[in-house]
Amino acid sequence: MSNSITIDGKPIPFSEGQTIMEAATAAGVYIPHLCHHPEYTPHGSCKLCNVKVNGRICSACTYPAMDGQDILNNTQELTDDRQKITQMLFVEGNHFCPSCEKTGNCQLQAVAYHLNMLDDHFPLFYPTRAVDASHEALMIDHNRCIFCTLCVRASQQKDHKDVFAISGRGLNKHLIVNAQSGLLKDTDISMNDQAAHICPTGAILIKHTAYQVPIGERLYDHKQIDQVSLASETLKHDK
Amino acid sequence: MNRFIQDLSEKNNFQPTHLLRILREVQAQYHHIPNAVIEQLADLLKISRTHIVSVIEFYSFFHLTPRGHYDILISDSITDNMLGKESLMTYFAQQLKVTIGEVRQDGLVSLANTSCTGMCDQGPAGLVNGYPLTRLTRPRIDQISTLINQQIPLEEWPTALFHVDDNIKQPDLLLNNLIQPGDALKALYQRGLPETLAEISQAELRGRGGAGYNTAWKWHLCYEGPEENAFCEVAAQKKQQRYVVCNADEGEPGTFKDRVLLNAYAHQVFEGMTLCAAIIDAEQGFLYLRGEYLHLYEKLQAVLNERRQSGLLGPNILNRGHNFDIEICLGAGAYICGEESALIESLEGKMGIPRNRPPYPVTQGYLGQPTVVNNVETFMAAAAIAVNGGQWFARVGTEKSKGSKILSVCGDCDRPGIYEYPFGTPIQTVLDDCGAHDVLGVQIGGPSGVFISNQEFARQLAFEDLATGGSFIIFNNERNILEIVNNFIHFFAHESCGFCTPCRVGTSLLKNQLTKIMDGHGSAGDVVALEELCQIIKKQSHCGLGQTAANPVLSTLERYPELYQQQLKKISYEPGFDLDGALETARRLANRNDAGAHLTQVEETYE
Ligand SMILES: Cc1cc2nc3c(=O)[nH]c(=O)nc-3n(C[C@H](O)[C@H](O)[C@H](O)COP(=O)(O)O)c2cc1C
Ligand code: SF4
Repeated sequence: MSNSITIDGKPIPFSEGQTIMEAATAAGVYIPHLCHHPEYTPHGSCKLCNVKVNGRICSACTYPAMDGQDILNNTQELTDDRQKITQMLFVEGNHFCPSCEKTGNCQLQAVAYHLNMLDDHFPLFYPTRAVDASHEALMIDHNRCIFCTLCVRASQQKDHKDVFAISGRGLNKHLIVNAQSGLLKDTDISMNDQAAHICPTGAILIKHTAYQVPIGERLYDHKQIDQVSLASETLKHDK
Repeated sequence: MNRFIQDLSEKNNFQPTHLLRILREVQAQYHHIPNAVIEQLADLLKISRTHIVSVIEFYSFFHLTPRGHYDILISDSITDNMLGKESLMTYFAQQLKVTIGEVRQDGLVSLANTSCTGMCDQGPAGLVNGYPLTRLTRPRIDQISTLINQQIPLEEWPTALFHVDDNIKQPDLLLNNLIQPGDALKALYQRGLPETLAEISQAELRGRGGAGYNTAWKWHLCYEGPEENAFCEVAAQKKQQRYVVCNADEGEPGTFKDRVLLNAYAHQVFEGMTLCAAIIDAEQGFLYLRGEYLHLYEKLQAVLNERRQSGLLGPNILNRGHNFDIEICLGAGAYICGEESALIESLEGKMGIPRNRPPYPVTQGYLGQPTVVNNVETFMAAAAIAVNGGQWFARVGTEKSKGSKILSVCGDCDRPGIYEYPFGTPIQTVLDDCGAHDVLGVQIGGPSGVFISNQEFARQLAFEDLATGGSFIIFNNERNILEIVNNFIHFFAHESCGFCTPCRVGTSLLKNQLTKIMDGHGSAGDVVALEELCQIIKKQSHCGLGQTAANPVLSTLERYPELYQQQLKKISYEPGFDLDGALETARRLANRNDAGAHLTQVEETYE
C-alpha cells in the first residue's frame, strides 16, 4: 500500500510517521517556515507553515501526513496570511534591516522577500528591549528575537546543555539565559555549540565576524529562501 | 540552606511536577519568589533555573519582585466594571495611599487588576492574598483599609468580608436530582462497567466546558486507545497508566457555576470522576482548581477525606478492587490553563502552553499517558446518569443537545445567580426568569462566545444554536457596546499565552486598533483593517483562545456596523502617523497629562 498526499494538486509520497513538512521537503515542495528546523523537535509556533488540510488549517511542521490528505499550500489566501504573520513578527520587535549585521543572511528577512512583503502594514510596537554583550564571543540582541525557540532546542537537544529558555506570557515573552546573573557570559555556552549558530535572525550573533562577508555577497542576496531551504533541509529530513 | 524550602520540597517529594504547588507556598510566605529560592529549588528539584523563572513569569500570581504583605487584586471583568469597579478601585487606592499596579512604599500593601475572579453575581469583587472579597462598597473598602493599616492578620478579619453566596435560583434536571454519595458507584457495579458506559453513550452527554465533545466516546477512546490499537490485548491495555482530570479552571469571564457546583455538590463531581476512573481503569485523578478558588480548597480536601473514609475513594473502592485517588492542584492565574492540553502542561509543573495536536490528551495526556479531561458539570451529569439511566437524561433537551445546561447569569438583571435549563430553552425565558429589563443584548458563552442583540431572544440554548460553557452576561440599553468589546479584547491580549505569532502579536494589534477607533483617531480604512486583523487571528491561531479572541469584535461588527463607522473621522486621507500617540512617551517622562500635553491630528476647522 503506497501512502500519498496531494499538495496543491500534486501527488506526494510519504512514509509512516512523517509530518506534512517532511514529506513536502523531500518532494521538493517548499512550505515557508521560521521556527522549524529538521534537526530539532518541531515547535509549531511561528505559524508560517500553516497549510489547509482538507479545508482545515494545520501547521505542516507538526501535523502528520496521512493517506489521502488534500493539502493547499501555495495559494493566494495563504500567501497573504503568511505575509501578515511575517509583518506581525517585524512590528513586534525592532528590525532595522539596513543597519543590522545579519542582513542578507537573515531568514526573517528572506521569508519576507519570498512572500513579497513590501511594508510593515501594521503599526510598529517599538518595544524597549536590551542587548546582552557580556559574553566575549557572542551577543544577544533581544530586539530581533522572534521566540522561535531554535536556540532553546539546539542547546537541549544537540549541545546537551540548557542555556536558553523563553519566559513570560503573551507579548511579554522574552529570551532568558541560564545563569544566576541573567547574563550570557555566566552561562556554559561555548562557541562550538549549535545554539550559538542556529538563530534565524540577528538575535544571537557571533562577535567580530559581522562584515567578513560583504553585503551583496550574502546567502539570500542571490538566492531565494525556498531554494536554500530545500537544498539544505532535504538531506536532513531524509536522514 | 533555607529550611522552609527544604521542607517544602521534601513534602512534595522533590517532584518537578509539583512546582506550581511549591511556588504558591513560596509566594505566600515571601510575597515573591526570591532569587535565592530559585537557586535552591533548581538544586533540590533538579530542574534548571530557567524552567523555574519561566513558570514564575508565566502565571499572574507569581512574582519575581515583592508584592505587598496584603496583596489586593480587583476583578476587571465586565460585570465588575458595570458595578462601578473603576471608581471603587480609585477610591481603594486613595484610602490605601498606593498606586494601582504598585506596592506601597512600606511594603505593606499592593493593589492591582486581575482577570475575572468568578464572582460576577456578587461583585465588585477582588482577592486579598488569594481569598475572595465580594460585594465591595466604599464602607467595605474603608473597613478593609483600616484592617490593613492596623496589620490585622487575615484570619481575624470579619468573615462577612469573605462571604461567598451560591445563589442557586433555578434548579432543574441535575440540581433537582442530587444523588447520595456512593449511589452512582453502586449503580455502576450493579449494572456493569461497559453497560454503564453504554448508558452515558445513550444519554448522548456532551462536554459542558464549551466544545461539546461526546463524553462517552472520549472515555471509550481513552480506554481503547486510537483505533489502530483497538484490538490490542486486554493485558496490554491493563498495563497502561491512565488519568482522570476535572477541569475547574473556569476562567471564562462571567462564569461561576463550577464554583457553586464544587461548593455545594462536590461529592457528586468526585463521584463522576471516580466513575470515569473505574470505566477507563485509572488510578489517579486531578482536580485542577483555578487559583481564584483557593477558598474552596480546604473544604474540598475535607470532602475527599470523607470519601476515603467511606470507602468511595482510595484503595479497593466499595471492595470492588479498584484503586483511585484524587489530588487537588491549584492554578496560579492563567486563563489559558483551562485549555485541556495547557492544563495538562500546568499539572506537570510547566508553563500553560497548549500542545500540538495530534496526539490528543485521550491518547497522550498527563505524563504522556491517556487522559480524560472533562468539565466539572460533565462529571456531575455522568454521575447522575449512572444512577438514573441514559433515557432519563436523553428525554430532555433537543435533537443534538441532550439534557440540561447550568448557566451563570449575571450583568443587568434583578436576580443574578445559577439557573439550570433544558437545552432548547429560548433566551427570552432566561431573561424573564432572572428579571432583566430594557435589554440591549446578551453575551452568550463569555468573551469567546457571541454577542446577540435584542432581536435574537427567540434563539435557543443548544450546541446547534447558542452554545455556552455557562457564561450568560446581560446588558441593558444604557451600556456602551464598544466599551464592552474593549474590555473583552483587553482580556484576551492579557491572557494570550504568547506561543503563536497570530495570537501573541495579533491580540495586541487588535487592542490598539480598537482603541484607535474608539478614541476617534480612525479613518476610512480602519474598520476594514480591524476586520481583516480579526480574520487572520481567528483563522491562523494555534488554539481556542486565539481562534475566539476576535469574536467580540466580529459578532458586534456584524450586528452594529454603524457603531464602528460613527467613530471614524471624516477625512479624505489616511493619517499614517498618530501625532498625539507619539507624544505618549514624552508625557510619561514629564509626568503630564493636561490638555497642553496633547495635540490633535487635524485642525478642528478641517474636520
Ligand atoms: C482558552 C480556553 C479556555 C478553556 N477553559 C475551560 C474551562 O475553564 N473549563 C472547562 O471545562 N473547559 C475549558 N476549555 C475547554 C477545554 O479545552 C476542554 O475542551 C474541556 O475541559 C473538555 O471537557 P468537556 O468535554 O467536559 O467540556 C477551555 C478551552 C480554551 C481553548
Ligand atoms: S492561540 Fe494564543 S493562547 Fe493559543 S497558543 Fe497561540 S498564543 Fe497561546
